[in-house]
Amino acid sequence: MRIRAQVAMVMNLDKCIGCHTCSVTCKQTWTNREGTEYVWFNNVETKPGIGYPKHYEDQERWKGGWKLDGKGRLVLRSGGRVKRLSRIFANPDLPTIDDYYEPATFDKDILVNAPAGLTDTPVKKPYSALTGEPMKIEWGANWEDSLGGNTFAEDPNIARMPAEAAAKVKFEFEKTFMFHLPRICEHCLNPACVSACPSGAMYKREEDGIVLVDQDRCRGWRMCVSACPYKKVYVNHATGKAEKCTLCFPRIEAGQPTICSETCVGRLRYLGILWYDEDAVLAAASVPESELLDAQRAVFLDPFDESVQRAARDAGHPDEWIEAAQASPVWKLISEYRIALPLHPEYRTLPMVWYVPPLSPVLDAVGAAGRDDSDADDVFHTIQDLRIPVEYLASLFTAGDAEAAGGVLMKLAAMRSYMRARTLDGTVAQELLDGIGMTGAQVEAMYRLLAIAKYDERYVIPAAHAKDAAALEAQAAAQPDCSLDCEGGPGMGGEAAVERFHLVDAEEVRPGRPGLFSRRGDGRRGLTINPMRGRS
Amino acid sequence: MSTLLWIALPYACLAVFVAGHVWRWRHDQFGWTTHTSQLLESRLLRLGSPLFHLGAFGVIGGHAMGLLIPATLTEAIGISEHTYHVVSVTGGTITGVMLVAGLALLIARRFVSGRIRRVTTTMDKVLYAALTAMVVLGMSGTVVINLFGEGYDYRETIAVWFRGVFWFQPDPALMTGAPLVFQLHALGGFLFLALWPFTRLVHVWSAPLAYLWRPYVVYRGRRGPAPAAQPTPAAVREAGLHPASTRR
Repeated sequence: MRIRAQVAMVMNLDKCIGCHTCSVTCKQTWTNREGTEYVWFNNVETKPGIGYPKHYEDQERWKGGWKLDGKGRLVLRSGGRVKRLSRIFANPDLPTIDDYYEPATFDKDILVNAPAGLTDTPVKKPYSALTGEPMKIEWGANWEDSLGGNTFAEDPNIARMPAEAAAKVKFEFEKTFMFHLPRICEHCLNPACVSACPSGAMYKREEDGIVLVDQDRCRGWRMCVSACPYKKVYVNHATGKAEKCTLCFPRIEAGQPTICSETCVGRLRYLGILWYDEDAVLAAASVPESELLDAQRAVFLDPFDESVQRAARDAGHPDEWIEAAQASPVWKLISEYRIALPLHPEYRTLPMVWYVPPLSPVLDAVGAAGRDDSDADDVFHTIQDLRIPVEYLASLFTAGDAEAAGGVLMKLAAMRSYMRARTLDGTVAQELLDGIGMTGAQVEAMYRLLAIAKYDERYVIPAAHAKDAAALEAQAAAQPDCSLDCEGGPGMGGEAAVERFHLVDAEEVRPGRPGLFSRRGDGRRGLTINPMRGRS
Repeated sequence: MSTLLWIALPYACLAVFVAGHVWRWRHDQFGWTTHTSQLLESRLLRLGSPLFHLGAFGVIGGHAMGLLIPATLTEAIGISEHTYHVVSVTGGTITGVMLVAGLALLIARRFVSGRIRRVTTTMDKVLYAALTAMVVLGMSGTVVINLFGEGYDYRETIAVWFRGVFWFQPDPALMTGAPLVFQLHALGGFLFLALWPFTRLVHVWSAPLAYLWRPYVVYRGRRGPAPAAQPTPAAVREAGLHPASTRR
């Protein structure tokens, strides 16, 4: 067993109102640069819908993620190593920028410089951020919000559903059954992008499982973009390199939540660590589709199990991390309450951003069917009978297993009714607890975590420096004659190591330095990535 | 003059080639990329790029064959001058046409698509111009002189001089008699090498062959020390209630 820590996220979709604050703050932090105009490390899309980029879930077309070959072995859907290198001159599976959308900018000067006393209101016009030509805006990162675009029937999840169910979803959708799905990089345990990177520039961090692109080693072969089934790796067309969500690693290392979590208005995001066994990943990704969900859950190790704690300690994880894993809201939602589900487990990448599926569209459907949406019994039966939109949620979160998706919804509905009875007349609805196999204390703890958990209950992130300290102690123990001032020893850093927020020395921040050859035709430069420059 | 052209210039270009690569590798890892633009334009690239690259492999292989293998060696293993000529002209024409077609498509793409035009750097323009000049000179040597013309046996002169450069015994007399097209192509070749490290051509040296036997998932540790932990909001609130404890 090789025990590793993973920083994982859970989003409670019931609370997402689609305000895009996460997207905007993420963009301001990471992708407000030339070359990344079209890039949203965090995007919020409306479901049902074709998403961003268009139809990204259609893996017949984009060949993202993994599949089992004829002999049951796990292979990248886009083909093996030789096939990939043979397509290096032109990647047939690469989305073009029109599959995302053409980014626009506006001539705001016309508003600023408009003289007083005009009879007509001046209007700013959109210009393409790629060519500078006037353009018509016809698509965006969430064009489908509030029934925009009329493209929902093309949703690959609906296409996969039985025809009868699909017709019902279409019908429900016309009565505005919809919900929002915020998406960031999944920081998968079995990342297809990393596996497809010809240069070996992409990697999964040993310390916290964050998947990153080494900007100095990326050579722009753009295989990661097509291999990622979630289309969460992007080409920066100004630098010619791949970029992706970093899970705000500078903040995570300092024990802070990601920007998208920090600024989430609905407080629907949870961050914490999970223990997993690296040696179990391949097997879990290779099981038949119907067993995928359970296999993915089984990769996580119980932080309360003493043998796991011992293994973690032996692997050099500090006590602070072992405690954090026990307090992890992510562990509770995924493994204890079992109400969080992975997005598209059938891609076999073992994604590490899980979702509590939304109950509200189901309750709407319950009401529309003439049942009582406050009566858990009625909700149970309706969820079982109606199948809609449970089938749809199942194609998103459980590889089509409607029973598993329905089970989670029943837990949420039962919690709702249990808490209603508890609050209104102080009774304990034991029959509800029996129905979902949870104790009253568990349901109340789950309710608290979902409804009123405070900042430090939602974000339990052990800072990275504790791990460094533990590693140094281990090193000192292994080499008793090594003075503290040796390389890597605590003596070498002193004040600088404590005070620094930067991850690397100023000279090492290559991305922040405009490359000699990154100057474009119009004299502008490529990327500047160091958000803290001038402060070191 | 001939010493300058056929001895000094090749060595100067080779020196720039080597030193340029060392300098760029050490100082511009971030700029070391194919600089892909397939995101912005895929239709012409899907055709042009494989044609160009496969053609270029053939052309480079052909040059290696023609310049590095001495005529005496091919004769010794029983390949007649005629057979060699047929193989080299046929192969050279096919790969050359692929290269020309691919290059034409890639250049056309730079003009046709406004998106591509805007991301084209000055160095890209220089590179395309140099490539075009080299290909035109080379193809006119192969097609005009060796395919339809009276033919010129470069293996007895140019190839010997070229190998001499690497033995540090280049004989400029071998080059002075060559047709002008071949002379220009040879000089252009060395100038092209000097240009190489300053263009996106450096991606050639990053051909990812190691991918074939690497494990799929790459794990890597964090470089450098971790930042200090930031105080939690609760700690900040706490400090706000007891300001004396935080005053420094």
